[in-house]
Amino acid sequence: MNTPKNGSPHDAEKWELRLYTAGQTPKSLAAIKNLKRVCEEHFAGRYQIEIVDLLKNPRLAKDDQIVAIPTLVRKLPEPVRKIIGDLSDTERTLVGLQLRPQS
Amino acid sequence: MGKPEALPSRAKAQRGEAQRGALPKAPTGISGLDEITLGGLPCGRPTLVCGAAGCGKTLFAMEFLLRGAEQYGETGVFMAFEETEQDLAKNVRSLGFDLDKLIADRKIAVDYVRIEPAEIHETGEYDLEGLFLRLGMAIEAVGAKRVVLDTLEALFGGFSNQALLRAELRRLFRWLKDKGVTAVITGERGEGTLTRQGLEEYVSDCVILLDHRVTEQVSTRRLRIVKYRGSTHGTNEYPFLIDESGIHVLPLTSLRLNHAVSTERISTGVPRLDGMLGGEGYYRGSSVLISGTSGTGKTSLAAYFANATCARGERCLYLAFEESPAQLVRNMKSIGLDLNPWIKKGLLRVEASRPTLHGIEMHLAVIHKMVNEFEPQVVVIDPISNFSSAGSGSEAEAMLVRLIDFLKSRQVTAMLVNLTSGGNTWERTDVGVSSLIDTWILLRDIELAGERNRGLYVLKSRGMKHSNQIREFLITSEGVSLEDVYVGPEGVLTGSMRAAQEDREKAAALLRTQEIEHKQRDLARKRAALEAQIAALRTEFEAVEDESKRVSEQDRTREQQLSNDRSAAALGRGADAAKRNRK
Repeated sequence: MNTPKNGSPHDAEKWELRLYTAGQTPKSLAAIKNLKRVCEEHFAGRYQIEIVDLLKNPRLAKDDQIVAIPTLVRKLPEPVRKIIGDLSDTERTLVGLQLRPQS
Repeated sequence: MGKPEALPSRAKAQRGEAQRGALPKAPTGISGLDEITLGGLPCGRPTLVCGAAGCGKTLFAMEFLLRGAEQYGETGVFMAFEETEQDLAKNVRSLGFDLDKLIADRKIAVDYVRIEPAEIHETGEYDLEGLFLRLGMAIEAVGAKRVVLDTLEALFGGFSNQALLRAELRRLFRWLKDKGVTAVITGERGEGTLTRQGLEEYVSDCVILLDHRVTEQVSTRRLRIVKYRGSTHGTNEYPFLIDESGIHVLPLTSLRLNHAVSTERISTGVPRLDGMLGGEGYYRGSSVLISGTSGTGKTSLAAYFANATCARGERCLYLAFEESPAQLVRNMKSIGLDLNPWIKKGLLRVEASRPTLHGIEMHLAVIHKMVNEFEPQVVVIDPISNFSSAGSGSEAEAMLVRLIDFLKSRQVTAMLVNLTSGGNTWERTDVGVSSLIDTWILLRDIELAGERNRGLYVLKSRGMKHSNQIREFLITSEGVSLEDVYVGPEGVLTGSMRAAQEDREKAAALLRTQEIEHKQRDLARKRAALEAQIAALRTEFEAVEDESKRVSEQDRTREQQLSNDRSAAALGRGADAAKRNRK
């Protein structure tokens, strides 16, 4: 993967993200908030967030191999990446989304 | 008595106990384990099964689940962290379980949890609620009473926040207890700890350690219950084996000596040996030892016993550690014993293997299993002395003690053949089991006059009158037989010496009868001579008698004459004849 300097190798790409939560826990709410913030900052208008509440649809936990909550899955662009946690560490989130090179 | 029948009743008994306040237990159905744990794993609590790689943890967990579903009607969830559902199904198919069908029947649910450290990127706070949800869903889907987590330690590789992980594990175990499921958690053995990640600190109810040791190129699997809170349990290391029907643990040390005894007697297969043993043979369920040096006919005697067993319509398991079945059959044919029909009828099963094939515990396990399957009335082990080559002397001894115990508890007559090696004293076995033996028959060679003959005697036989005499043990092409040995002023004679001595005795006897006849003739002659003498004397006596009669007659005549003469004279002188007459 090429190493983008500041934010825009995927400029033209569409981002499809899915966030798995389990009910309205503080961690889940924090994750949603943090995710929206990151998306607005980095790819405004090019992203789509789907929030899956596993309490309502537990079968998906098995189908999508979810263990930790919250889990953010980057479905597009490929390859699929999994990021776990409430996304409070923005730097690590960006690294996880491969918007930043790993230090 | 098959295990599956025996165990549910035990399980029922355990449940009965549970109502009286004891710890309820969930039977595992793993052969032997429920005996050691006195009923199974703690019901509704987690059990940790730990051990090094390849020691059978996954199989243990899987069998617990499958047997629970098939035998005890307890559905289960298998949460796999290492193997996929397909792999698991494949693995248990070789044990005769159809995992796919059990899943389709909603008796078992399998969830493969894939944790790929490279795919996981941590960004702040999280928990393992996803795992809980999946587990909860699976438990609900089949109404599971049993849960397996194999192995949780995979989590430690996937997540870097150890403190968080441990907190979540604690929560998980509490959660499992709240759910009331009987859980088996597997863990990899660590250095100095039971598990690499210290899972034992979360699972405190029951810990089972599996071990796979190799000593002198021979491997043995062992199982130990490290702890079992709220229950007594066997504390030894128990050997176990894994074969095509799963795990078999051997609850071997029931050294309580409380087995039932039989007064029934069974023939040794050699009529005169029966005679030496109070006329009836061995006790059923006793242990018989035949010891002797090489070539004294131990195997022949054992084969005759096997033959007699099969002839009664009973089953005999012959464990040959020196000869192949074909060789045994051929050799016995040469002494007039055809074992083939029994083998064909399924009454005789000859199992041959080298003692070094596996460890001593494994041998025991294999014998256990064969006895459980074949249910023989008689087991012959030929020979036991070889076991010392599969393990140390004390191990071999311990194993035989357990084996004898096991067979006794099943009322199986055990015939153990022991090869005494040259330098040893007779009244001692290489493997020190003599004190456990009920009937001990000693075969020894008697060297005499350039011959080697076999002698047999009963060294001991508990609980019966037995002969104290040595018999000559003959093996001919018509079979084996026992002959009296010659015991005389010249010592004990066997073989041709015995025959020669018998001939000599016959000649001497003939001579004696001839002498007697001669003496009798002599006597008759003497009698005749004496009788002739007596006759002569009698004639002489009669002559003398006649003479004396004649003389006394003459005397009387003369007296008469004299008296007449006197009277005539008196008349002549005119004597008073009247007076005289009056008088």
